[in-house]
Amino acid sequence: MLIYTLKRLGVALLVAFAVSMITFTLLRFSGDPAAAMAGEAATEEDISYIRKHYGFDRPLPEQYAKWLGNALQGDFGNSIYLKVPVAGVIAEKAPVTMKLGAFALTFALVLAIPLGVLAAIRPNSIFDRVALTIAVVGQALPSFFFALIMIIFFGVTMRWLPISGSASWKNFIMPSIALGYYATPAIMRLTRAGMLDVLASDYIRTARAKGLRPGVVLFKHALRNAIIPVVSLSAVQLGFMLGGSIVIETIFSLNGLGNLAWLSIQRSDFEMMQAIVLSVATFYILLTFLADLLNAFLDPRIRVG
Amino acid sequence: MSEIAKTTTVPTAEEILAPSPMQLLLGRTIGHAGITIGGTILLIMLFMALFAPLIAPFDPYDQELSRRLIPPVWHDKGTWTHVLGTDGFGRDYLSRIIYGSQISLMIGFLAMLISGIIGTVMGVAAGYFGGRVDMIIMFFITTRLAMPVILVALAIVALIGSSLEIVILVLGFLIWDRFAVVMRSATQQVRSMDYVTAAQALGCSTMRIIMGEIMPNIVNALIVVATLEVAHAVLLEAALSFLGLGVQPPQPSWGLMISEGKGYMLFKPWVIGIPGTAIFLLVLAINLLGDGIRDVTAPENRN
Repeated sequence: MLIYTLKRLGVALLVAFAVSMITFTLLRFSGDPAAAMAGEAATEEDISYIRKHYGFDRPLPEQYAKWLGNALQGDFGNSIYLKVPVAGVIAEKAPVTMKLGAFALTFALVLAIPLGVLAAIRPNSIFDRVALTIAVVGQALPSFFFALIMIIFFGVTMRWLPISGSASWKNFIMPSIALGYYATPAIMRLTRAGMLDVLASDYIRTARAKGLRPGVVLFKHALRNAIIPVVSLSAVQLGFMLGGSIVIETIFSLNGLGNLAWLSIQRSDFEMMQAIVLSVATFYILLTFLADLLNAFLDPRIRVG
Repeated sequence: MSEIAKTTTVPTAEEILAPSPMQLLLGRTIGHAGITIGGTILLIMLFMALFAPLIAPFDPYDQELSRRLIPPVWHDKGTWTHVLGTDGFGRDYLSRIIYGSQISLMIGFLAMLISGIIGTVMGVAAGYFGGRVDMIIMFFITTRLAMPVILVALAIVALIGSSLEIVILVLGFLIWDRFAVVMRSATQQVRSMDYVTAAQALGCSTMRIIMGEIMPNIVNALIVVATLEVAHAVLLEAALSFLGLGVQPPQPSWGLMISEGKGYMLFKPWVIGIPGTAIFLLVLAINLLGDGIRDVTAPENRN
C-alpha cells in the first residue's frame, strides 16, 4: 500500500508540474501581459516600461522558474486588476465553488445511484427506460440552457427560489441541479453496468443460494462492490464540475471561483487566470489521487497489481 | 442418404436463405430506434446547413427594428411570415436557426477532426508500442484531463481574440483525450491477435501493420467516439458563444442567440427556448446515432 501510494503521489506531482508549465506557456503565448496591464490608453513607452519592470522581457523559462519558485512558497503574484495578492482572493472565493461542487455532486449521486441500481435489478423495465431517458436527455441538454429554464420557471414564474447571489443555501439549489445534472448520466450508466456485472457473479449466486434476504444480497454484497468504480468517477466528475462552474456561476451570479475567472478574463487579469486554472487543476489532481487511494483501500486487487 | 447429407459440402437451404452479416447489419440499423430518430434529425439539420441560402425565408443578418420580437406562429400574435418570430433586432428567427446549423455542424465536425487525428495517433501509438511510449502518452492524457476544458478554452480565446477558426482550433486541441483513451485500449486488444503476429512474422513494416491490420479493426470504436466528440464540441461551442467568447455577433450561433435573448427571456421565453431546443435536438441526435452505431457494430452483437 505504501509503495502504491508513493508511486501514485509521484505521478500526481509530475502532472501538477506539467499543468503549471503548460498553463504558464499558453497564457504567455496567447497575449501580451504588459499591454493588458497598461490598458487601452497606454503609449508604447508605458508598455515597454511595464514589460521591463515586471520581467516580461526575460526569456520564458526564466519567467516560469521565477513564477514557480514563488508559487511553491504560496505567492502567486499580484492581481493586475485588483492590485492585491492573487492567493488571498482565491482563498476567499474558493469555498463558494467548493460548496457548489459538493452540492452538485450530492445531487448527481442521489439521483444517479438509485436509478442505476433499479435499472440493473430490472433490465428493460420501466425503471430502466426512465433511467435511460434521463441519461440521454441529460447528455444533450446544455447546462446553461437548463439553468435559464429553471430561472424562468422556479425563480420568476413560481417565485420559489432566489435567482442570484450566494446569501443562503436556497441560492445553491438551482445552480447545483444545473451543474450536477450533467454528471448524472455517466454515474448512472456506471452504477447500472457495475450492478449488472456483480449480480451475475458467483458470490451473489452463493449468497442467494444460502437463502439470504434479497435486500441483504443487494445492498451488503452487490452494491458495495459495484460502487467501487463510482468512487473514481465521482472524483473525476467533481473536478469537471469545478472547471465547468464558470458557466453556472456567471448565470446565477454566485460569487465563487468561476465568477472570478469570468471577471478576470474580461479584465485581462493574467496572474489571476493562471492561478485559477492551476488551483482548479491541482484540486482535480488531488481528488483523483485520493480516489485512487480509496479505491486501492477498498479493492486489494488494485494495490497488489 | 442422411450420411451423404452430413458429409456433403452443398449448403443447406437454411444456410442459403440466412441473411448475410451485411444484411443483418442493415436490418439492425434500420430497425434501431436510436439510429432512426437520431439519423433523421441529423439529416434534417445537415440539409438545413447545406441548403441554408435556398430554404431560409429571410437574410439572417437583415435587421428591421419595426419588426422586433414578433412571437412565433403558435402564439396569439404570431404570423406565418416569421414562423419562429424575430429577435431583438427584428431578424427572422427561423432564418437565423437555419444558418446557425452551419456554424454548429462545422465547428463540431472540424473540432472532432483535429482532436480525432491527435487522439488517434497518440492512442494507437500507446496501444501498439506499449512500454515507455505508453507511459509517456498516458502521462499526456492524465495531464490533459487535469486541465479544466472550459476555463482553459475561455482564457485562450479571450487572449487571442475569438473567431470561428480560433474556437475550432482551441476545441480541437483540447478534446482529444477520449479518442486517445479509447483508441489505446482498442489497439491493445487487437495487437495480440494472431493476424497481427502473422504480419509481424512476415516482416511487414510497423506503418503497414498499423494501417493495414490495426486500423481496420478499431475503426468501429473510432466512429463511435467521433460522433460523441462532435456532440461534445457542439455543446462546448454553445457554452463559449453563450459567454460571449465563442462565435461573434452578428453571426447566428445558437449559443450566441441564447445569450442575446437572455435579456428578454422572462417575458418572451421562446427567444431562448427556440435556439436552446435546436442545440438540444442536434446533440441528442448525434448522441443517439453514436450509441446506436455502438449497439449495432459491437463485436459481441455480430451475427
